[in-house]
Amino acid sequence: MRQPLNEGQLVLIELLKKMGEEVERILKGCMQTLISLDRAQAEFWIAEDQKINDFERQVDDECVRLIATQQPVAKDLRKIISAMKISTDLERMGDLAIDIAKIVRRMEGPLLKQLVDIPIMAEKALGMMKQGLEAYASEDMELANDLAVQDDQVDHLYKRVLRDLLVIMMEKPEVLDQGMYLSFVGRYLERFADHATNIGENVIYIATAGRQDLNK
Amino acid sequence: MNDIFRKYQNWLMLIVFIIATIIALIPLFGVLGYVLKNGLSALNIQFFINLPKAMGLPGGGMANAIVGTLIMVLIASLIGIPIGILAAIYLTEYDRHSWLSTVVRFATDVLTGIPSIIVGIVIYTAVVLKMGNFSALAGGLALAIIMIPLIIRSTEEMLKLVSHSIREAGYALGISKGKTILKIVLPTAAKGIITGAMLAVARVAGETAPLLFTALGNQYWARSLNEPIASLPVQIFQYATSPYKEWHQLAWAGSLVLILMVIILNLVARFAFRSRSI
Amino acid sequence: MGHTLSVRQLEAWYGSNQTLKGINMEIASNHVTAIIGPSGCGKSTFVRCINRMHETLPGSKVKGEIILDGESIYEQDPVVLRKMVGMVFQKPNPFPSMSIYENVVAGVRLNGMRNKKTLQDIAEKSLRMAALWDEVKDRLNYSGMSLSGGQQQRLCIARALAVEPSVLLMDEPASALDPIATMHIEGLVRQLKEDYTILIVTHNMQQAARIADSTAFFLNGELVEHGPTSEIFTNPNDKRTEDYITGRFG
Repeated sequence: MRQPLNEGQLVLIELLKKMGEEVERILKGCMQTLISLDRAQAEFWIAEDQKINDFERQVDDECVRLIATQQPVAKDLRKIISAMKISTDLERMGDLAIDIAKIVRRMEGPLLKQLVDIPIMAEKALGMMKQGLEAYASEDMELANDLAVQDDQVDHLYKRVLRDLLVIMMEKPEVLDQGMYLSFVGRYLERFADHATNIGENVIYIATAGRQDLNK
Repeated sequence: MNDIFRKYQNWLMLIVFIIATIIALIPLFGVLGYVLKNGLSALNIQFFINLPKAMGLPGGGMANAIVGTLIMVLIASLIGIPIGILAAIYLTEYDRHSWLSTVVRFATDVLTGIPSIIVGIVIYTAVVLKMGNFSALAGGLALAIIMIPLIIRSTEEMLKLVSHSIREAGYALGISKGKTILKIVLPTAAKGIITGAMLAVARVAGETAPLLFTALGNQYWARSLNEPIASLPVQIFQYATSPYKEWHQLAWAGSLVLILMVIILNLVARFAFRSRSI
Repeated sequence: MGHTLSVRQLEAWYGSNQTLKGINMEIASNHVTAIIGPSGCGKSTFVRCINRMHETLPGSKVKGEIILDGESIYEQDPVVLRKMVGMVFQKPNPFPSMSIYENVVAGVRLNGMRNKKTLQDIAEKSLRMAALWDEVKDRLNYSGMSLSGGQQQRLCIARALAVEPSVLLMDEPASALDPIATMHIEGLVRQLKEDYTILIVTHNMQQAARIADSTAFFLNGELVEHGPTSEIFTNPNDKRTEDYITGRFG
């Protein structure tokens, strides 16, 4: 019974997973660009944004189709509504990744120092995104709740990046602009992780119909 | 105030209805009781196996009349039931709305209302006079003519009760109309049709008037279907109107047997073939 | 395998009332096509034209052309045609005088099949396809009327499948059933489209949305719109379709 609805939900999970992989690929690429400061590569990644937007449209269309034709209620309805919100989050995450590439376009090299915490932030944020999508696919509350802990770690890293950059900028005013750009990158990654917690919040909403703020 | 008035009114009406019902039942039980009281004393095994004795002699039975009635009812059924059912099938399944079926239906209604003695007279003129003698066949034919409209009517009603969607389901399976009627509609209505037929049989079993002019009556065994034959109703009529006390007794016993036959047929029709769902 | 149907300029009357006014429609094979529309829009008449059941009603008339698998249905014997175009009705209507088994094989048996083994095989296969076998296999000799409404309707579907049609017409097959039985029938319809071309008339738009691949909207005897279900229910072309499916009709 309700086979088309179940199939539709599997399609959504699959689409979101692929969309997440796309975001992952782009963020990794953009981080690479940041380290190499290769502007040509930056342009390439900026153009990749279209793919994410296509995915978002596909997810939305499937959700609209399922709502129009299958009349989902209760958990089914929450899952579909959440898929729409998650696709919006992922799209924003893709934008944030590309914002890093846009920063590279404006940055003058070489890097003021070897990046340590920023790549760690990127990795953590990516991990959170994958965990959030995993939690959505399996409706796993524990995975979702765990995102709050990880978000705290990312926030902590962000504060450390800002402090480090502040020290460098005070010592070497000539790298002020690069310092500012890098603090933007930190900010983007912090926002990226926040969107990942939104995914977790959606999973909690699906499972319990209750709202919980994972980003405190 | 109003409530109390309404309650009293309710009570009053209820009592009126109950009294009316009792009054209606009195003749029924009166007749049954009277026949039972008078008939039972004369009823014995002799009654069922002996021929009538000569006038005024005690003893004797109505064996020939019982058999005669059964024979004529059988003849009537053999003619009347198939014709009645087939005509009803034609009317309901093939020709529900044409002028012909309207005419036939009207004729059926008129025929049901015609006094049975008239049927007897018609058969007397048309058959008995032509053949030159009274006979079981003529009697059976007269009874059949009384049966046919009854059976047409009851069969028609039963067929109409079979929902149209049952017929459509048959057609939709690629089953021809004839087969749909024969194998699907008729079996569905079968119990009701049989019940109707049995009630028609019960009805004609007690007919006297048409037999007076057709089967006449016979004090002995009839040797063929082509000669006068005795029947219970006619025998009862003759004995009851005779001046002999012994014959009066036999008439009561005959009445009792006839009533029992009709009651049994009615009960069988009502219970054995009571249709569950159509 | 299901067959395609193509309907050309189909007009139908019931008495002096024209119920279909020139319908042109292509019906894809192995698809579920839903016909929706308000009462009296001609949707039932439309499917009843396809197995030539409409013309059995006194006072009815049909004009136009329906092509089934390349052949005009009006050039065929209706009795033969109906073996190719099965029908399931609004109210479950098992034959009351027959057992479950006899109901299923009625179409085959009354058309001359006598072989007991073959009949039993057909009965089992049809009941399995109608997802009823497991529920009735131990009481095949019980009356068809002993089943629940939903089971009776699946029995009627099995009965229709037993004659191996290529097109299955369903005239509001679930409107007399409770929601669970309805879901059963809907699930069944989706499976059956593997082997049949299915036309389903329904009052219930949500049902059309759930199970149909394409949906046709009828209004006052005309075909207003026919397209993929997901399109009809998310972005219909015609204002009247939108008004109807959103419940803002008239």
